[in-house]
Amino acid sequence: MGLLSDPVRRRALARLVLRLNAPLCVLSYVAGIAWFLALVFPPLTQRTYMSENAMGSTMVEEQFAGGDRARAFARDFAAHRKKSGALPVAWLERTMRSVGLEVYTQSFSRKLPFPDETHERYMVSGTNVYGILRAPRAASTESLVLTVPCGSDSTNSQAVGLLLALAAHFRGQIYWAKDIIFLVTEHDLLGTEAWLEAYHDVNVTGMQSSPLQGRAGAIQAAVALELSSDVVTSLDVAVEGLNGQLPNLDLLNLFQTFCQKGGLLCTLQGKLQPQDWTSLDGPLQGLQTLLLMVLRQASGRPHGSHGLFLRYRVEALTLRGINSFRQYKYDLVAVGKALEGMFRKLNHLLERLHQSFFLYLLPALSRFVSIGLYMPAAGFLLLVLGLKALELWMQLHEAEVGLEEPGGAPGPSVPLPPSQGVGLASLVAPLLISQAMGLALYVLPVLGQHVATQHFPVAEAEAVVLTLLAIYAAGLALPHNTHRVVSTQAPDRGWMALKLVALIYLALQLGCIALTNFSLGFLLATTMVPAAALAKPHGPRTLYAALLVLTSPAATLLGSLFLWRELQEAPLSLAEGWQLFLAALAQGVLEHHTYGALLFPLLSLGLYPCWLLFWNVLFWK
Amino acid sequence: MAAPLALVLVVAVTVRAALFRSSLAEFISERVEVVSPLSSWKRVVEGLSLLDLGVSPYSGAVFHETPLIIYLFHFLIDYAELVFMITDALTAIALYFAIQDFNKVVFKKQKLLLELDQYAPDVAELIRTPMEMRYIPLKVALFYLLNPYTILSCVAKSTCAINNTLTAFFILTTIKGSAFLSAIFLALATYQSLYPLTLFVPGLLYLLQRQYIPVKMKSKAFWIFSWEYAMMYVGSLVVIVCLSFFLLSSWDFIPAVYGFMEHPIFFMFIQIAIIAIFKSYPTVGDVALYMAFFPVWNHLYRFLRNIFVLTCIIIVCSLLFPVLWHLWIYAGSANSNFFYAITLTFNVGQPRNSSVCTQEPTETRTTCRDRVCAKHCCCMLGGSAEVGGVVSAQGVSATVKHTPATLLPSLIPAVLWLLTWTYWPEKK
Repeated sequence: MGLLSDPVRRRALARLVLRLNAPLCVLSYVAGIAWFLALVFPPLTQRTYMSENAMGSTMVEEQFAGGDRARAFARDFAAHRKKSGALPVAWLERTMRSVGLEVYTQSFSRKLPFPDETHERYMVSGTNVYGILRAPRAASTESLVLTVPCGSDSTNSQAVGLLLALAAHFRGQIYWAKDIIFLVTEHDLLGTEAWLEAYHDVNVTGMQSSPLQGRAGAIQAAVALELSSDVVTSLDVAVEGLNGQLPNLDLLNLFQTFCQKGGLLCTLQGKLQPQDWTSLDGPLQGLQTLLLMVLRQASGRPHGSHGLFLRYRVEALTLRGINSFRQYKYDLVAVGKALEGMFRKLNHLLERLHQSFFLYLLPALSRFVSIGLYMPAAGFLLLVLGLKALELWMQLHEAEVGLEEPGGAPGPSVPLPPSQGVGLASLVAPLLISQAMGLALYVLPVLGQHVATQHFPVAEAEAVVLTLLAIYAAGLALPHNTHRVVSTQAPDRGWMALKLVALIYLALQLGCIALTNFSLGFLLATTMVPAAALAKPHGPRTLYAALLVLTSPAATLLGSLFLWRELQEAPLSLAEGWQLFLAALAQGVLEHHTYGALLFPLLSLGLYPCWLLFWNVLFWK
Repeated sequence: MAAPLALVLVVAVTVRAALFRSSLAEFISERVEVVSPLSSWKRVVEGLSLLDLGVSPYSGAVFHETPLIIYLFHFLIDYAELVFMITDALTAIALYFAIQDFNKVVFKKQKLLLELDQYAPDVAELIRTPMEMRYIPLKVALFYLLNPYTILSCVAKSTCAINNTLTAFFILTTIKGSAFLSAIFLALATYQSLYPLTLFVPGLLYLLQRQYIPVKMKSKAFWIFSWEYAMMYVGSLVVIVCLSFFLLSSWDFIPAVYGFMEHPIFFMFIQIAIIAIFKSYPTVGDVALYMAFFPVWNHLYRFLRNIFVLTCIIIVCSLLFPVLWHLWIYAGSANSNFFYAITLTFNVGQPRNSSVCTQEPTETRTTCRDRVCAKHCCCMLGGSAEVGGVVSAQGVSATVKHTPATLLPSLIPAVLWLLTWTYWPEKK
């Protein structure tokens, strides 16, 4: 690394970075995007393979034949549920006990921070029912979970039926080495969260629940089941969990193995997997699936109740039965066999699933991109920020050196003005104000909802969303606020220093986000990087301002919603898109408070203030 | 100057008190970056309760604090937060007065050399004016008190803060020229964490310099003073260790606790930095102490290169620590190597950052020839090495390159250490 120490070569390098900065930035950005698009082509996507030895070599024979029984259970369950209007706890307890499980219930209650209009709930209280099948071959040190989340609408009856029938079948087998927990939760994810918190004896979201009476050791894996019809045409699998966490790839491989064995049709993101990867069609279809996965993962929402298990380091996925207009249909026996096979293989596990990938992207069910191959895409995008920051640093530094050089001859040189001090002091005000804006965005909407409802004719949920938007827009007035505070002693140095800090701040945040949730990091980098690199108080300011507004975090969210529906082949109209946007905002805030999703605090406390800094740079006087 | 210092103290105490009251305190005290098994408050509490139960705190493998600390907190457990805030404030005050005195010494020396006209003409910009020096002590206190690393350690109640206080008082008493107190504080600091043993040499050198005793093997005064200082140091160490023995009436604590020139003040600074880099179980509190010294060497900033890259490395690493730790321990999707890699990167950034003046000057031709710069350059690294380990190793050898006499004494701790470990009775 003599390159940075040798003054001659160092200067040459500096000149190169300065002169070629713009082309290098463009090249780097284009390379990042191109790399991402190239991920779907075969050298970069690989076939999935089973890494876990305990699940690979041994085949199991599925004997589940309780289709009729499952349907009967489902009918009974639906009837009881209709009668009581809630989860028929007593019936479930009775039935679980009759098939030979140890049955326990857990009641929970939670007052949401504001009414949830999508699910129509505010004060929630419910009961979870779970039965434990004790393994005859081992002490209760490890367990597997099969869970069915039941919402307020009367769906998922068939899933409960299948769960009970599987429990009855499993009870008769002698090979279990891990306890199996059959869990039915009320109020879908809220119930799951309450149960998981009580199981691990923690309280992270302020849920009130009764303690669990029965436990079954450390949970090794969990499968969530959603099924609302007696027959299915395909099974859709969801992997994306809370904050973009993914289960170990081996669990997905396992599911795929049994789908293939039973001849079941399975889909990912609702898309069939392309057969032909040699021509252009396959990769293009893969790209659609990949983009859908990126959008879903970036949202950080738990897409199914499996998403909450991942937080407790339990590998989990959700299976959804889809009943479409296809001709060929499968009955519950086929689904039950696939589940039986999966559980028997999981039963073989000697240690936690850890052999395969945890960080991956899926362009199709049988193809994946590993972290080593997709990370460069984000790396190239962040390099743009690095290059720009380096350029600014050198320009700032050169201004100092330039002052110094004329007096470089021997003799007492003029002491330099403390330029750095001025530069740093002028940054404090914009940094503090934008950070305070972010804090207000995070705290005020929920805190001030009652005040808002008293003074304006809106409901609480609307009040929260509208306050969010109002504070967000009010942040744009920031430049006018800071002008009085900021001293304008060195105008050009001022904005350059501010932009330098903002660039580093943005690069840091995006880097950290990309490490934990690649999709979110990449999506934000794609949108925010060009505007961040361009922002400066000279040149076509209106154009820059428009670009900056279009790439702000909220605009990115709106754009993602349109792209999402476009890819699902259900395009949105503008009005629908706006409604969906408002609902998404409310859901984002709610999910932060109920499940601990991090997207909302991340955007409001991190990226929004950072974006405001660029806005401030743009309108620097 | 007392008013700004008081203001800084008030701000620092307010920040700490607010953090102690918030829910963050518990979270911070669990972070691996902030506390290590050697300095964790949780373990102090554990040791205390063991002591209350009449069990030797060292009987398990949990407690690694020194007996004096445990007895200190035996009486002050209810005021622990206050104690940690006070220790931080004391450290800052000690550093403040130490640097104030040191500046006076530097200024006098500079004036003398100027009058003798011993400076080369092109070093004029390196000569520091009293105006420039006026705010340095305040900046040092500010750097220590408001450094996020210090605040984190204080809020986590890491006993590292106490070690820092002792080291700071050692520096203060050395600079004030009080050999006896300096020996006592060095002994206390050594007792706390063993590593300050290496500070014996720079401390001795500075005291010798103050009394105008030349470092010569033939000089009688040199040997007499060294002997005196060493005796005072060893004496205090023996007293402290014996005191610990009588408190617990066993030697259990020793394996449990210690299991593991020309510019003496600068040497001391580099030594503290090297200790922070190479010590086992390092925490950010160790880094905070030597970071506080940056303003003292700020006239050498002009020799710094890659400061942008290095500062970014430190900031990025500080942020990536929790992220990678989360991925390793919590999410389970990354393994320990990710975290290990980031600690390595942090240590690569550290010596490059810490050795403010350890960079080879760009204009070697103009600076190294004259005396002032030659002195400051004595600790400069070969600029070509970029890798952490290599840099630090070079730092050690380069530190003493221009003063061969200091090389020998600096080996003594190493030899002592080796001997101790070779002949230490095997523990079963």
